[in-house]
Amino acid sequence: MSNIKVFLNGLIKENPTFVLLLGMCPTLGTTSSALNGMSMGLATMAVLVFSNLIIALIKNLIPDQVRIPCYIVVIASLVTILQMLIKAYAPAVDASLGLFIPLIVVNCIILGRAEAFAAKNGAVPSIFDGLGIGLGFTWALTLLGACRELLGTGKVFGLTCFPEQYGALLFVLAPGAFIVLGYLIAVFNKLKKA
Amino acid sequence: MAFILIFITAIFVNNIVLSQFLGICPFLGVSKKVETAMGMGAAVAFVLVIATLVTYLIQIYVLNAFGLEYLQTIAFILVIAALVQMVEIVLKKVSPALYQALGVFLPLITTNCCILGVAILVGNGTYDSAGMEPGLVSGVWFALCTAIGFALALIVFAGIREQLVRMDVPKGMQGMAIALVVAGLLSMAFMGFSGVNNGLAKLFE
Amino acid sequence: MKKLKSTLPNMAIVLTSIAVVAGLALGYVNSITAEPIKQIKAQQLSDGIKAVLATDEVQVETPDTLESGAVLYRTDKGVAVQATDPNGFGGKLTVLVGFNDEGLIQGYQVLETSETPGLGAKAGEWFQKGAKGDIIGKNPGEKELTVSKDGGEVDAITASTITSRAFLRCVNAAYEALDSQKEDAQTGASVQYHNEEKEENYE
Repeated sequence: MSNIKVFLNGLIKENPTFVLLLGMCPTLGTTSSALNGMSMGLATMAVLVFSNLIIALIKNLIPDQVRIPCYIVVIASLVTILQMLIKAYAPAVDASLGLFIPLIVVNCIILGRAEAFAAKNGAVPSIFDGLGIGLGFTWALTLLGACRELLGTGKVFGLTCFPEQYGALLFVLAPGAFIVLGYLIAVFNKLKKA
Repeated sequence: MAFILIFITAIFVNNIVLSQFLGICPFLGVSKKVETAMGMGAAVAFVLVIATLVTYLIQIYVLNAFGLEYLQTIAFILVIAALVQMVEIVLKKVSPALYQALGVFLPLITTNCCILGVAILVGNGTYDSAGMEPGLVSGVWFALCTAIGFALALIVFAGIREQLVRMDVPKGMQGMAIALVVAGLLSMAFMGFSGVNNGLAKLFE
Repeated sequence: MKKLKSTLPNMAIVLTSIAVVAGLALGYVNSITAEPIKQIKAQQLSDGIKAVLATDEVQVETPDTLESGAVLYRTDKGVAVQATDPNGFGGKLTVLVGFNDEGLIQGYQVLETSETPGLGAKAGEWFQKGAKGDIIGKNPGEKELTVSKDGGEVDAITASTITSRAFLRCVNAAYEALDSQKEDAQTGASVQYHNEEKEENYE
C-alpha cells in the first residue's frame, strides 16, 4: 500500500515540474513537440529508477562525506550508458534531444531524489519513487510539449487539429516555452487549491 | 573579427539561457535580487572559463588520445565538481573578500547545466565558432562570452523581478508562474537579435 | 548492515571502487554499442547519398574534405556534397546536396539541424520536387539561389526566412565546393562562380 502512495506522490503532490520546479532546463529545452517531451521524460525516468535502485542498494557502503561524488559517478555512468544505447538503437531520439541527454546528469531531480529518498529508504520503495517522480516528469513534459505543438503548429503528436497557418509559431520557439510553462503552473496552482 | 562575432552571437543572438535553455535553474532560482544575480553571474563566469579550459585539455590529451570518448560525461562532471571545490578552497585562502561575494553560489554551480553543457559543446567542437577553427582559444573565448550572456540575462531578469514584487499579480499567477511569463517576454526581446550575426558577418568581410 | 564511517581510507577505497566499477560497466556497454552506432552512421550517410542522387545503388569512393569544411562523396551517378552553414535559426544547418555531372541539383537532404522542430525542420520537405520552394533541377552555378525576398526566385518557407536563407547558402556553398574541385581536376575550364566574394563569407 505504501509503495503505491510513494508512487502517486511523485505524480501529483510532489510533481517535479509543476510543484518542485526542478529540472527546468530539459523541461523548457526539449518540449518543442509532445513527442520530444515524452522521449526526454522517459529517458530521465529510466535513469532515475536505476539511480534510485543502485543508490538504495549501496547506500550503506558509502561514507557520508563522499556521498555526493559517489552519487554523481553512479548517475553519470547510467546517463552515459543510456546515451550509448539511444545512439545505437534509437538514432532519431538522439538527433532530436541532442545535448540534453548528457545533461540529464545535472538534472537536479535525479541527485535530489538520490539524496532525499533513495539514501533513506530501501530498494523497493526507491524504485516506486523513481517511477512516480519519473512519470510525473514525463506527463508534465508531454503536456507542455503538446500545448506548445498545438498552439504553434496546430498538431499534437503529429496529428493535425487545425490548419498550420493559424498556429502561432512563437509557441514552438524559445519564448513560448517559458510562457506556456508559466500558465500551466498557474493552472496547476489553481487546481491544487480547489 | 571572428572574436567579435562570437561575442555578439553568444551574448545576444544565441543567449545561453533565453534561447538555448541551459542554466535555467539558477536563472529562476537566484534572480530575486539584482545584487545576488550579479554574484551568481560572476561566479558562473569564473568557473565556466576555468572548467572549459580544463575539460578541453582533458578531452584532447586524455579522452581523445586514448580513445575513451565515451567517458566524456562522467569525466567532465567529476572535473567540474572537483574544480568547484578547489576554487572554493583557493578563494577562501587567497581572496577572502571575493570568497565572501561568491562563496554561497559556488556549491550551486556543480549542478548548473550551463557549465557541463558548454564544456561538452567546446569539447566536441560543436559550438558556434563563427567560422573560426574550433580550438582552445576560441573555445575559452566562447565560454567567457556565454558566461557574460548568462550574467546579462540573469541581471536583467532580476531587475524586472524586483519591480514585479510591487505589482498586483492575480493570485494563481503569483510566484514562479508570472516569473516564467516575464522570462518568456525577455526571451522574445532577445529574439529580436536573431540575424544580427549574419549582418555583422557581412559587414566584417 | 552498519553504515561505513567517513575515515580517509574508507572514503578513498569506496570512491575508487565505484569509479572503477562504473568505468568497467561503461567500457562493456561501449564495446557492445560501438558497432551498431558506426553502422547506423554509415547507413544514414549512404541512405542520404542514395536519396539525393535518386538511385538505388551507389559506390561511394573515399570522401574529399575541403578546406571550407564541405565534404564531397563522388559516385558514378554524380556527386553528393555535404555543406554546413553556421547561421541557421539557432545554430548550424548541415545539408547534403546531390549534383549530376552538369551541376544540376538532383536532390537534397537535411542532415543536421538545431532548428526548432516544426519550423526549420520543414526545410526537409519545402524545397523538394513539386513542393512550393522546389529547387530540384536548378543549377546554382548559373544563378545563385536566393529567396524571393532577396530578389531570388526560390520561395522561402512561410515565416522562416532565416532558415530558408541558411539552407540556400548551404546549397550554394555545396555547389561552390563541387565547382572548385572541378577546376582543380580539369584545368580550370569550368564555370566560374559568379559571386565568389559574397559566398566566401559563409564557408
